[in-house]
Amino acid sequence: MGVDREAEFHVLAVDDSLIDRKLIERLLRTSSYQVTTVDSGSKALELLGLGEEPGLSSPASPDKNEIEVNLIITDYCMPGMTGYDLLKRIKGSSSLKGIPVVIMSSENVPSRINRCLEGGAEEFFLKPIQLSDMTRLRPYMQKGKVKEQQQSQQQQQQLQEKNITSGSSNSNSNKRKAMEDGGIFPEKTRPRLSSSSLASV
Amino acid sequence: MEIGNLQRRYLDFASTLFHEGFLDNQFTQLQQLQDESSPEFVLEVVTLFFEDSEKLLDELSRTLNQQAVDFKKVDAHVHQLKGSSASIGAQRVKNVCVAFRNCCEEMNQEGCLRCLRQVRNEYFLVKNKLETLFALEQQIVAAGGSVPMMW
Repeated sequence: MGVDREAEFHVLAVDDSLIDRKLIERLLRTSSYQVTTVDSGSKALELLGLGEEPGLSSPASPDKNEIEVNLIITDYCMPGMTGYDLLKRIKGSSSLKGIPVVIMSSENVPSRINRCLEGGAEEFFLKPIQLSDMTRLRPYMQKGKVKEQQQSQQQQQQLQEKNITSGSSNSNSNKRKAMEDGGIFPEKTRPRLSSSSLASV
Repeated sequence: MEIGNLQRRYLDFASTLFHEGFLDNQFTQLQQLQDESSPEFVLEVVTLFFEDSEKLLDELSRTLNQQAVDFKKVDAHVHQLKGSSASIGAQRVKNVCVAFRNCCEEMNQEGCLRCLRQVRNEYFLVKNKLETLFALEQQIVAAGGSVPMMW
């Protein structure tokens, strides 16, 4: 699996059907994404390094075993671990929960769709997947990259502040909560951002 | 035969396949995904479909001709066949699979056997049509022409 310097996003596709794997791979490559395909949820988790040491998804360490993935697209109906099971494992992992997950299925079952969306899936695609569906993936991957950058900026900032002031633990935990909630309490973070992040930009 | 005639024959044949419902828009999607970087894409996917389907049809025959039929297993196989036929645009095969799954749900062995005969028929029909389509493409290329796009 070589690194494609042209493609800025890497998608992990999970499907037990060989034909569908071939199709999704072609669809993703045509859309200029780097692709890795696996035939089961357990192989996907293995590739993502789940079950090993936490917090190792650092892009600065390419020699680690796990790969960096910007989106996971998975079939729902698979033997063993279903797409929903895989979704729950990913969202339940502190290191992987930030990765957007999209679920595909050949069956239009509203209760299934709702369950997946409630479980944290970004979207649910009906099979057969088409080229036009691929453009809907980009915003999730871009949002993921921005979040990643924000998180590392926040972390750098926290380190700076620890050095400069004694900073109350209360305000730090609010900031972490704001990050996790996706910026629900912007007022608490804004004063901090404007005081130090402008200097670092 | 000159290229223009070959190309016309190809387009006529292809359009009847769509009109008669053997193929649907998903097949066109596959063709649109084929380019210089993946020049045999359609052939590769369709070949996988042929291999997969024939295995499934044999399995279905075995499973349905047992004393005590495992309908869950039958349904799982039909589900797979339905999925792969939908993925390549083999519409008539896919439609029979839908009816087939209903018979599985009803645990109707006779019904299932009927569906199996029907799906087998449709499968070999579309296989034959696709092989003819690919042969026509090869004729055009061999004559020095390019295969016209259908969309």
